[in-house]
Amino acid sequence: MPQALDIRQNKYSDVSQEEKDRLFQECKDDERWSHILYGCYECGICVAACPSARFYDFSPRLIAQAVAREDTDLVYTLMNDSVWDCSQCFSCDRCPRGNSPGQIITVMREVAVKNGLNTAKEALEGYGRIIYKIMSTGSQVSPDMLQPNAFPDWGHHVHEIADNLEVWRKALPPETLHTIETGWKVDEKTIIELYLIWHMTGVMDLILGIDEGLHMILVDVMEERLEEAGYDIEFD
Amino acid sequence: MIHLPVTKASERIFKIDPDKAPTHDLKEELFQLEKEGELEVIRVPEPYMEVKTKYGRIKKIPVEKTWHHKSCGQCGHIPGYSTSIFWLNRAFGLDYFDPTDQTSCTAWNYYASATSNPEAQAAVAIRNFAAAHEVGYFPLIHCGTSFGHYKEVRHALVHQPELRRKVRDIMKRLGKKLVVPEEVVHYSEWVLAMKDRIAERQVIDMSNITATVHPACHYHKLIEEDAIYDSEIYGAQRSAIITSTLKALGINVADYSTWFDCCGFGFRHILVSRDFSRSFSVQRKIEVMKEEANPDITVTHDTGCVTTLDQSQVVGKAHNKKVGLPVMADSQVAALAMGAHPYKVLQLHWHNTDNKPFLRKIGIDVDKSWAEFEAECELIKSGKKEYMTWEDAEK
Ligand code: SF4
Ligand code: SF4
Repeated sequence: MPQALDIRQNKYSDVSQEEKDRLFQECKDDERWSHILYGCYECGICVAACPSARFYDFSPRLIAQAVAREDTDLVYTLMNDSVWDCSQCFSCDRCPRGNSPGQIITVMREVAVKNGLNTAKEALEGYGRIIYKIMSTGSQVSPDMLQPNAFPDWGHHVHEIADNLEVWRKALPPETLHTIETGWKVDEKTIIELYLIWHMTGVMDLILGIDEGLHMILVDVMEERLEEAGYDIEFD
Repeated sequence: MIHLPVTKASERIFKIDPDKAPTHDLKEELFQLEKEGELEVIRVPEPYMEVKTKYGRIKKIPVEKTWHHKSCGQCGHIPGYSTSIFWLNRAFGLDYFDPTDQTSCTAWNYYASATSNPEAQAAVAIRNFAAAHEVGYFPLIHCGTSFGHYKEVRHALVHQPELRRKVRDIMKRLGKKLVVPEEVVHYSEWVLAMKDRIAERQVIDMSNITATVHPACHYHKLIEEDAIYDSEIYGAQRSAIITSTLKALGINVADYSTWFDCCGFGFRHILVSRDFSRSFSVQRKIEVMKEEANPDITVTHDTGCVTTLDQSQVVGKAHNKKVGLPVMADSQVAALAMGAHPYKVLQLHWHNTDNKPFLRKIGIDVDKSWAEFEAECELIKSGKKEYMTWEDAEK
């Protein structure tokens, strides 16, 4: 059963008010902020449209109100205990005030990750292999991920796929799809360009914030391939 | 007593008027930025087809010279989805490009984990657009999330000069230009625009089929004004995507009350918190469709939606829920209508929920088709063939 959301004032009393204010300021400093928050009528239209609100003790209205009122204590609680329940479907873009609660949540999540909040690490537990895949190959999911232990609730079918994977991949007419470790065949030059983008935009710092081990492995893989391609680049 | 000029909903006629659109036309701003030397616009190649979007603006859909921006979830887990898109292009003899100089949009990860930032997301998008432009083709986006995300990126690049500057610098260091397509086009828009040509070549009668439609959230909720609407379909009160295509194929499209709800995918949830995805998908989508419309099939147009709606039914069945509804993409249904092979092209063995009753209802000999596919697999296993080719799939 989903847990009840505890929004007692000063729930995180171990964190100073200054720190809570600082994190909220980081959200406000995001270039998107002025396009995604205009206030809140408290009408609840976003909640009515929200899938996560049906299954969790979760409310995009509560989040929109907290940020609109600049209640930084509540914002901090929500940044820890609520934002990861969102499905990022953007049904709440129906907001008559022009807000995008879903995008407010995206920004709050980014700030949580960037600052290495423990709750962000917990929310992304088990997600590391996906980050590894996307960052290192440029493809989020791949055929070899279709394994019974990864998708136990997909029944017998996933066993059948895993057992036949190699042959079934070869029995695909498009030549680009005969791959196992990536969704399609990706050029070496393309991967190198992707790594250069990761380097130039500082996204590896975000990974470091939530998983040091994963960061280390990724940096090793990327630096080696970049070196082979003639780039002398260090991520740290 | 005050008399209010209230009319019944059914008497109201919703007139689409681009002059009354609540937003600016982004294309005008794009071309203005191009004039100022800020970016280069990739033109939709001719010949193109014209469709109408939410506020009545015209959207150009290329017929050919399309660069297929593939979806990692489709190619990785339900590859008959993309194969069917390519098959349709081949069936019409159109010039298309299936690139290897392509990364995924990485937006699934972004929406799931927030381990990225707007500059990185925009740079990944523009790198892919530049790759398409360099070979002289126009990007056609297979994934609903990539499509929605790229629209957001395009919107941000137009309105945020600082982001534009940063991405231009990154592209310069990669030896590429900041190029932005005139239109961001989803493959299902191409299928819709081609619907009459598809119907002309239809060989399988589907008039005895009832389908429900699930429009993907990131198709019609992100930059909603760019989705296709048609006054003939739901009075233009919701997007015509998929529905218009299925109707052209003679399929009876049935309505259900939770059409606006998402599929339950959740980005993070489908990977590490699937209890939510399963429950939502079964209780808010599949069961409602079954109870209210009892369709033969549900048709959608996005990676995550096909996967979630399909795979979630396994647990639903174990809990005696009303499930057992096959899920396919519009590209698969369109290809099937034109005679594509259910296993060699549609690759339906990658889908989970039993789709044989649906196939039999439209007169397909399922056992024969499967035997034909298995024969191809045997040739591969025995080493007589390295791969199944297009020629094998099309014979
Ligand atoms: S984006 Fe998040 S908050 Fe908005 S409707 Fe979807 S799940 Fe709810
Ligand atoms: S829909 Fe908008 S205005 Fe209404 S409660 Fe939600 S955020 Fe506030």
